[in-house]
Amino acid sequence: MNMETLYQEIILDHYRNPRGKGLREPFGAQVHHVNPTCGDEITLRVQVDEGVIQDISYDATGCSISQAATSVMYEQLVGQPLDQVWPVVEEFVRLIEGRGKVEPNEDVLGDGIAFAGVASFPARVKCALLGWMAFKDATLQALGKDFT
Amino acid sequence: MTLLDVDTLRKDFPILERSVRGDRRLVYLDSGATSQKPYAVLNAERDFYELHNAAVHRGNHQLAEEATDAYEQARATVAGFIGAAADEVVFTRNATEALNMVAYAFSNATLDGGPDRFTLRPGDEILITEMEHHANLVPWQQVAKRTGATLRWFGVTDDGRLDLDPDLITERTRIVAVTHQSNVLGTINPIARIAQMAHAVGAIVVVDACQSVPHMAVDVGDLGADFVAFSGHKMLGPTGIGCLWARADLLAEMPPMLTGGSMIEQVFMDHSTFAPPPQRFEAGVPNIAQAVGLDAACRYLDAVGLQAIHDHEVHLTGLAIEGLNDIAGIRIIGPADLVDRGAAVSFVADGVHPHDLGQVLDDSGVAVRVGHHCAWPLHRRFSIPATTRASFYLYNDEDDVADLLAGTRRALEFFA
Ligand SMILES: Cc1ncc(COP(=O)(O)O)c(C=O)c1O
Repeated sequence: MNMETLYQEIILDHYRNPRGKGLREPFGAQVHHVNPTCGDEITLRVQVDEGVIQDISYDATGCSISQAATSVMYEQLVGQPLDQVWPVVEEFVRLIEGRGKVEPNEDVLGDGIAFAGVASFPARVKCALLGWMAFKDATLQALGKDFT
Repeated sequence: MTLLDVDTLRKDFPILERSVRGDRRLVYLDSGATSQKPYAVLNAERDFYELHNAAVHRGNHQLAEEATDAYEQARATVAGFIGAAADEVVFTRNATEALNMVAYAFSNATLDGGPDRFTLRPGDEILITEMEHHANLVPWQQVAKRTGATLRWFGVTDDGRLDLDPDLITERTRIVAVTHQSNVLGTINPIARIAQMAHAVGAIVVVDACQSVPHMAVDVGDLGADFVAFSGHKMLGPTGIGCLWARADLLAEMPPMLTGGSMIEQVFMDHSTFAPPPQRFEAGVPNIAQAVGLDAACRYLDAVGLQAIHDHEVHLTGLAIEGLNDIAGIRIIGPADLVDRGAAVSFVADGVHPHDLGQVLDDSGVAVRVGHHCAWPLHRRFSIPATTRASFYLYNDEDDVADLLAGTRRALEFFA
């Protein structure tokens, strides 16, 4: 697995031009997550209304992988009903934690498949998941449930 | 300056012959995290297990005798290495455990009416620094929390030196805990001077020597501290073995952290008395083969010569600083000169996160460390989440520095 496979063009594009970045109102819940091994941080807000993700807004410091993964997530999930959001989150986590043995499902993940290479670099798994875990936490809080 | 014959030395380190990420030459610049091991250390551990393995200080069969001799010889060798007496050297798992042992002595003495020198009262102050590794920081936060003592710290200047504000050392100061050499900045701190100021007010000086003992000649007598902690694995030795040195009079009074077998004098159903140091601080069967490995590591370093190692590292550090300064967009975090500076070079790159920089370096065969290097408050001080750190040791050469610089340029181009 080489570097070019890890840093797909889509990832570099999202890193250079992050979509949806910045904190906005209104929001139903806000969370702050850190990656204790590298010090990367994200503050993320979610607005859920009538079962639909109305907005995900965030402020983050981190590497290209974590920034791009959050940006791709914003594009994929905003405007989606919750029942379509959870399968995407689940599939993304499965891919990233799959140690390179999980076949990426483009139908579910869309641009998210660009992160398939991350799965072969264990040290980067938490980078790719930082924003996604923050989203999961915030959304469950917005819905009044506990993060598991 | 004595130049090291690095080509010959490298042959002693089998791991340096392997390639990484396909067929890249391994350029190991992460000795600050842990060093590689020479055959001398690998063979010493292997010989011990093959020929002498037994529990130490227990039983009177021949193997137990040989194992005990080897273990106590290791203590004597390590003591000699730092200019100490053997019974002032306590084997621990690593520096973290050694520092905790001192911290717990203060907590435990305070909680159960132990010796005065280890008892803290509200109003007492523990003085640390903003450049500490978490290992010499978090334990003191815990002590302060448990005892009601107050935590204070020396700040760090913009060029990565300790800001030794003398007003911080007062009659209230009971403990001064400071690193000898920063694992991030490379800064070597003036321990003798700090110890003088601390001792003038009766404070106890604890030194984290994790990054100094492996890289320069350290004599605990000259250093002037009361406690000195370091890890074997950063000085060519195995993992699982570290050391706490303390002045004999302090060790004699110090309460243990762990209790159980091997550290007692007499045991009754309702109470026990403890053995004298160093046994009092080595409960349970210790890491014997690892101590034997550390013995071999000390001998190896002595044979090469600590002064020559230090000079060699300063030379490489100078080349790295010069080369990095020549790359547009790179900023070094730490002293820009080579005065009182060891071989850790940390830096940030405009527009490239350390994680990404480290990834490109890894793809080039260059192993560095990225992140906060267990010194999060220090990074906060410089308003950065993380740095990329290259750290050098005796087996690194000028080609390694050149590969670091080439890989860094490659990363900047890739993410431009
Ligand atoms: C300055 C310093 N102190 C303490 C430690 C902790 O060493 P260990 O993890 O071996 O206990 C390290 C190593 O990371 C260090 O560099």
